[in-house]
Amino acid sequence: MSEDASSLMLRPQGDWVVRHAETIDKVLAAVHTYDRRLATFDLSHLSRLDTAGAWLIYRTGRGLERAGAKVTYAGATAAQSTLLNAVANSDRPLPPTPHVGNIFTNLVVRMGHALSDGGRTGRELVAFFGLVLETLAKTVANPFRMRATSTVYHMEQTGLNAVPIVSLISFLIGAVLAYQGSEQLRRFGGEIFTVNLVAVSFLREVGILLTAIIVAGRSGSAFTAQIGSMKLREEIDAMRTLGLDPMEVLVLPRVIALLIMMPILGFVSAMMGLLGGGLVVWIELGMSPAMYIERVKDALDVWDASVAFIKAPVFGLLIAMIGCFEGLKVEGSAESVGQRTTASVVEGIFTVIVVDAFFSIMFVKLGI
Amino acid sequence: MTHEAIISVRDLRNQFGPQVVHDHLDLDIYRGEVLGIVGGSGTGKSVLLRTILGINRSAAGRIEIFGKVRGEMSRAEEQSIEQRWGVLFQDGALFSSLTVAQNIQVALKEHLRMPQKLMDEIAAVKIGLVGLPPEAGPKFPSELSGGMRKRAGLARALALDPEIVFLDEPTAGLDPIGASAFDELIKNLQATLGLTVFMVTHDLDSLYAICDRIAVLAEKKVLVTGTIQEMMAQEHPWIREYFHGPRGRAAMAAKSAPPRP
Repeated sequence: MSEDASSLMLRPQGDWVVRHAETIDKVLAAVHTYDRRLATFDLSHLSRLDTAGAWLIYRTGRGLERAGAKVTYAGATAAQSTLLNAVANSDRPLPPTPHVGNIFTNLVVRMGHALSDGGRTGRELVAFFGLVLETLAKTVANPFRMRATSTVYHMEQTGLNAVPIVSLISFLIGAVLAYQGSEQLRRFGGEIFTVNLVAVSFLREVGILLTAIIVAGRSGSAFTAQIGSMKLREEIDAMRTLGLDPMEVLVLPRVIALLIMMPILGFVSAMMGLLGGGLVVWIELGMSPAMYIERVKDALDVWDASVAFIKAPVFGLLIAMIGCFEGLKVEGSAESVGQRTTASVVEGIFTVIVVDAFFSIMFVKLGI
Repeated sequence: MTHEAIISVRDLRNQFGPQVVHDHLDLDIYRGEVLGIVGGSGTGKSVLLRTILGINRSAAGRIEIFGKVRGEMSRAEEQSIEQRWGVLFQDGALFSSLTVAQNIQVALKEHLRMPQKLMDEIAAVKIGLVGLPPEAGPKFPSELSGGMRKRAGLARALALDPEIVFLDEPTAGLDPIGASAFDELIKNLQATLGLTVFMVTHDLDSLYAICDRIAVLAEKKVLVTGTIQEMMAQEHPWIREYFHGPRGRAAMAAKSAPPRP
């Protein structure tokens, strides 16, 4: 850069390319008119110029012009002037991204949104529940419309394939429950009641609740992701145009599969829990397996053994329904699939626990 | 246009299981040209593109890019080459969780250190260059039309001012007006930025409008290369049918008709 009495000469040299844009940007920040009326860019010493370099030159020139100087460009090759013109023509700043706002107001705003979203999701879920029941009723009236292959496939995916993990977790929790229970009950000399503790709690509550949580995490999320990515790729719309009802083709097989598999998984869980508890009782209390089985039989009445089977289909229905519901709500981006999958698992587990509480109250009131 | 080959492919062989897609395929891409790749469906146009880009690993053959041989490069060399090209995938392949401006800035952020203000300015210039309105900048890809997504994809491909851009069916799925506008855009950018363009296309109008040279993929290799006039003179039945078929004739008529006032 040089200057004389009336004019300013800027002579960029070397490679003005995007790789050096940061350095050039810093140097150019210092350029101003020094009250000269005329500024000239001599581009004849440039070896390479790309859009970023052209932008930096143009931006500097624009700044000088705004400060009241007349700017001319000299020595540019044809390609360089085309580039400078193109850059000048695309000088339209982007609109700013929306203002972020104050943290605390945002917090309140987000809480408000969460509350109203929660309310709306609840209402929509009830409506969806109605739709599922309607489709289910239609299918019962017309059993040949049921997608048997799809249903069996989902039974395998959500039921059979979940057996190992449900078994393992239930076995371990059963063992832990027996171990902790026996420690506490020993203080009252009632360690023999560990058997009752394990048997009753596992058959009534723990087994089915554990299963529901595993299934919500395993299958509810899978339903959401499957249906969600189908929605993104317009497969659901394609289905509608072909006269297929997504409720019937996608939702119902999944709902029916979980409706059937949930009690079976619950039973597996209860048995494995009893097994784990039995093992600990055998080791810790020295109670033989035969004796353990006898005590379990004594501890349980017919309702203890059957309440889980009343709850299981309801939980299965809820988890499958929420998974499909959230999947159908996916729109726009891959991020949405992730958000909806998270929502599906959280809502699934939450709903199951709330409904379980209602069941508990109901069973107590009924005395069973 | 000089006759310096910036990419040369020799004896390339690609196969998926027993199915051979390319065999003894040779191709040169010269600096500053617009090369159109044509071929029937399933002749492996996109596979060729992906092989040159290194997304697809070839079974045999030698690919030389900017004087370096693929497979003999260090990771650092590969990365420096990746910064010298830009790719427009078929539907833009924009990152759906980022805005258009952020999509353009991805490469700037990853490879260069730059203040956010300068990156915003550069993104604005690129958005202007590809003919998008500034309002498109803060939008997400899902809020854009197909044509706008392609333009945004092109802006992202141009983020680092590459020497060569690869376009995979740039005009597919655009309406005729949008398609000619896109052709015009590519031609202008090519002239302005001195780009080399490698374009896979089915669009005969694009071939007539902007391609300097055409390479025909058939029989598992590049059958012929040449200008559109040379293609018209070819005797190979597939090429004859491609360029002399009803669509070919229509495109030729459109090209030779005097421009509208």
